[in-house]
Amino acid sequence: MAVALILLLVAIGSVLFHLYSPWWWTPIATNWAYIDHTINITFWITGFVFVAVIAFMAYCVFRFHHKEGRRADYNPENKRLEWWLSVGTGVGVAAMLAPGLVVWHQFVTVPADATEVEVMGQQWQWSFRLPGKDGQLGTSDVRNIASDNPMGLNHDDQHAQDDVVIENGDLHLQVGKPVKVLLRSVDVLHDFYVPEFRAKMDMVPGMVTYFWITPIRTGTFDVLCAELCGAAHYQMRAKVIVDEEREYHAWLEQQKTFAELSPAKAVVKATFQSGGN
Amino acid sequence: MVDIPYEGIPGIPPAEVPDVELYHPRSWWTRYVFSQDAKVIAIQYSLTATAIGLVALVLSWLMRLQLGFPGTFSFIDANQYLQFITMHGMIMVIYLLTALFLGGFGNYLIPLMVGARDMVFPYVNMLSYWVYLLAVLVLASTFFVPGGPTGAGWTLYPPQAILSGTPGQDWGIILMMSSLILFIIGFTMGGLNYVVTVLQARTRGMTLMRLPLTVWGIFTATVMALLAFPALFVASVMLLLDRLLGTSFFMPSLVEMGTLSKYGGGSPLLFQHLFWFFGHPEVYIVALPAFGIVSDLISTHARKNIFGYRMMVWAIVAIGALSFIVWAHHMYVSGMFPQFGYFFATTTLIIAIPTAIKVYNWVLTLWRGDIHLTVPMLFALGFIITFVNGGLTGLFLGNVVVDVPLSDTMFVVAHFHMVMGVAPIMVVLGAIYHWYPKVTGRMLNEALGKFHFWVTFLGAYLIFFPMHYLGLLGVPRRYFELGDATFIPSSAHSLNAFISVVALTVGFSQMVFLFNLAWSLFKGEASGGNPWRATTLEWQTPETPPGHGNWGKELPVVYRWAYDYSVPGAAEDFIPQNQPPRATQLIQGAAS
Repeated sequence: MAVALILLLVAIGSVLFHLYSPWWWTPIATNWAYIDHTINITFWITGFVFVAVIAFMAYCVFRFHHKEGRRADYNPENKRLEWWLSVGTGVGVAAMLAPGLVVWHQFVTVPADATEVEVMGQQWQWSFRLPGKDGQLGTSDVRNIASDNPMGLNHDDQHAQDDVVIENGDLHLQVGKPVKVLLRSVDVLHDFYVPEFRAKMDMVPGMVTYFWITPIRTGTFDVLCAELCGAAHYQMRAKVIVDEEREYHAWLEQQKTFAELSPAKAVVKATFQSGGN
Repeated sequence: MVDIPYEGIPGIPPAEVPDVELYHPRSWWTRYVFSQDAKVIAIQYSLTATAIGLVALVLSWLMRLQLGFPGTFSFIDANQYLQFITMHGMIMVIYLLTALFLGGFGNYLIPLMVGARDMVFPYVNMLSYWVYLLAVLVLASTFFVPGGPTGAGWTLYPPQAILSGTPGQDWGIILMMSSLILFIIGFTMGGLNYVVTVLQARTRGMTLMRLPLTVWGIFTATVMALLAFPALFVASVMLLLDRLLGTSFFMPSLVEMGTLSKYGGGSPLLFQHLFWFFGHPEVYIVALPAFGIVSDLISTHARKNIFGYRMMVWAIVAIGALSFIVWAHHMYVSGMFPQFGYFFATTTLIIAIPTAIKVYNWVLTLWRGDIHLTVPMLFALGFIITFVNGGLTGLFLGNVVVDVPLSDTMFVVAHFHMVMGVAPIMVVLGAIYHWYPKVTGRMLNEALGKFHFWVTFLGAYLIFFPMHYLGLLGVPRRYFELGDATFIPSSAHSLNAFISVVALTVGFSQMVFLFNLAWSLFKGEASGGNPWRATTLEWQTPETPPGHGNWGKELPVVYRWAYDYSVPGAAEDFIPQNQPPRATQLIQGAAS
């Protein structure tokens, strides 16, 4: 029976494709292997249901397709069967939801020892900021943005002076150290997306959003924008480099602070001008 | 099957209200153009939706050409690409699927299936279509205005939707909002009609629990749409005010192309909440009519009652209700309050249970059936596979933490195309093959139909199943070009090219279908009134196609549910809903 066979082949083909597909997730670079595990659990449960339903359907088509003289059963309902199927489905759903919620709890609970870095999105580039010696990021305001203060830091905030500002450069992170990534946008929605990190979050003007990760291996990773942000969305790229401690500090030494990049007087003037607009 | 006089049967009340006074057209114009007959309005809706749907189909070819062969086609630039994806999505979801299921199938089938002469407010029903047509024309006009249509993505998220970094910021976005507002006004007029007709104009004996599931699906979807579209309506009005009058409902302080804008104090997330409060029910506004229709296709062509009818009805109602408290699962990575994730993941996965029940009942209906592998049945089987596939991947995206790596990737594109693109369109096509004989009096060509089914079903599966794995790899959506990215192997580009070739093939096979529709109108085999030997009322009309007023002199009276197929003891393998018990022929000796 050709139709039944094709239906069955669709199910089998899907499973084989899943097992042998060369397209699979990127090697993970952070602590979020839990997310990969939850995806795997979900693949197993949904894969089983998919094959079971299609195989049953294919069998029915094979066994009960029309022949001269065949007459269907008259069978309006079967309460017991319907309840068992509902309960079974409920159990399967719970088996996916429970680990998902546990991992979500971890995802939204930032460890106390996480250091902060800031990523700022604008059409169509990334800027980064790291706290200076005081270990704290200074405040910012979109109204402060000027040519020599592209991230809009508040000049009268002492914490801002020693912040490390990286324009048109790459972000470096230290392997093994948990980091809370603060996300901010000055124009439209963006999304800081590094496939190997698994974590991502939109950047929304007027808000500061975040996620946290612990990088577990060194390497250079592509940063893409994952939230449509206009014409050059696809070109909004940068790199994140995860370093060992020594290389990380060597890199950090070379970066310029806010005070070095924008001397106080010039900024006061620029703020005054943009405030007058 | 005992012979008892039908006047004494419970559930058949006497006629309490006199038959309605119909509006009778006096000229060609009021008969075929400004018609108040729901059947004509249904065809007007369907043809308009199909016409604008073909535009969306062509746009998808252009998108696939770019994705499969980046850099080859110089006539597609990044701005146009964004305009193509935006218009494709908006047309497919709203102007094609919503309009076709509710305005097309709803108008044609509701009065016929419930045993009414027409919709209860025929004039408003006519107005509904003309406002819809105006909405479509306004939408189509954006292709010809300066700057072209909006390229903000079909979700139209501010701030970018109304800022200058996005194509179509001048005219496109304003006309898009205007068109949506018109669509919602038009839909509301039609929707109130469908609801009141189902509640008030059912014929004698047609209790709610005797309604065919098609009517249950369209009815529930319409109630949902009446509750959900107002959220989109206000979001559109507010965004229009932000764009035109400089209000800041959705606009915080921000920089536009390097200078500080005049906006301040608004919330981009507010728009997303409003959009998805509409947008998630919208998925089911498309899905529930498909659920209902496919139930009837399966039952009729397997010659077996739908399994678990009552559970099916309650599942439709439960899905409809639950779909209003899951909207923020589209916003897990939007930056909203993270603790919302627990609630929305739980409600989202709970919806899987009534949905799974429906799937079980469809396949259990096939069990010990007498399955006629007609074209409508093939499309129904294709629907089950694509819907189960797309529904199961929804369990990935609904489970908040699993959504984090997958959101905004091609996995999402593959998922929603499978579940609310391919699956409902399988039902639309199956339904057209099923009801075309009632609308025209002729059968569609079966050989062309089978060719159309296999190319469409297998092709669509080959397009969207592998696409999930591009998303799993991390390929983002809404990208004009992938460019240099170390994590994307060259094999992924080959897969993209393969998908594009299949997509073009599937697209062209729809031309075979259109040819079949036109050719069969004149050359198709005459169908008679009830070619599928179906039980529901629309097949029992005195004329085919049904005349003005549907039922001739007397309204039908309903004596049974919609699924009396293969009743033991009955001579035929179906008993129409309007057949009185005493008229049921019994097989000799089988009476009990």
